[in-house]
Amino acid sequence: MKVDKLIVANKKFNSRLIVGTGKYRNMTECAKAIKLSGASIVTVAVRRVNIVNKKKPLLMDYIDPKKITYLPNTAGCFNSDEALRTLRLAREIGGWKLVKLEVLGDKKNLFPEMIETLKSTEILTKEGFSVMVYCNDDPLMAKRLENAGASAIMPLAAPIGSGLGILNKVNIKIIRSQTKLPLIIDAGLGQASDAAVAMELGCDGVLVNTAIAKAKKPFDMAVAFKNAVIAGRLSFISGRINKTLMGSPSSPIKGTI
Amino acid sequence: MKKIKKIKIKVNGKLKTVKEDIKLMNLVKTLKIPIKKVAIELNQEIINKIKLNKIVLKNGDKIEIVHFIGGG
Repeated sequence: MKVDKLIVANKKFNSRLIVGTGKYRNMTECAKAIKLSGASIVTVAVRRVNIVNKKKPLLMDYIDPKKITYLPNTAGCFNSDEALRTLRLAREIGGWKLVKLEVLGDKKNLFPEMIETLKSTEILTKEGFSVMVYCNDDPLMAKRLENAGASAIMPLAAPIGSGLGILNKVNIKIIRSQTKLPLIIDAGLGQASDAAVAMELGCDGVLVNTAIAKAKKPFDMAVAFKNAVIAGRLSFISGRINKTLMGSPSSPIKGTI
Repeated sequence: MKKIKKIKIKVNGKLKTVKEDIKLMNLVKTLKIPIKKVAIELNQEIINKIKLNKIVLKNGDKIEIVHFIGGG
């Protein structure tokens, strides 16, 4: 079997599973779950350094950015200015140009604010960033992001952290059919089979955080997601059979006694 | 003895009193910040870390020091 890599902004990644580094009980648990997930990319947030408690563990001491790609994210930003400021700072930390843009519009449902997202995508692209864009599952908006220079389209399956799974498979399929850009389901997955479904819809990858971090057994769930993404991808590229209304026997009729 | 003048600045939202003429580099070092793992803003402008030693802080300056933490 040919090695089937995820390609984003001309960079190749071994795993099609991207995992978030938030919501874990501690850094040790986070690092172990990520290792077990096999992810090549992890999302990270940009926040103030704690200048009072300097003994607080640092993410970089647990997850080596030389071994795994850090994808700085603008989670928690509610307008374009905040998102741009965050990603410019992220780039300054150590040259990160591949970033995830996430501009939220509502504190309860956490849906993306797409007007601000589109505006930010245009600006960041002009500034030389490769922008993976969190968006709603709207094919028209996905097209506009693509035209604005996005490096990957990342529609939600359902609200962030909701665990509802893919709510609108039709829209995801339409987006798939209209773009050659990497299509990555971001947010709302609840269990490993959701990831397999995403891959079977033709997505290039999935991004998962809460479903692993908040599972009763995060380590086992990390492995489950790893395998589900591999299985779903293989299933997609293997070409499924057509659906029929009537049955078709698996054993030959000829030779029955 | 000459009295050392003090200025008030804000670091990550917290008010701090430091001696006049302190350089941004000295502040960062005093706070034991691992420079390679952070980005620094002075009054909402990103500071190239090479220039930390050239910037003298003024009264009312707002400094933000950020790093990567766990997130989705």
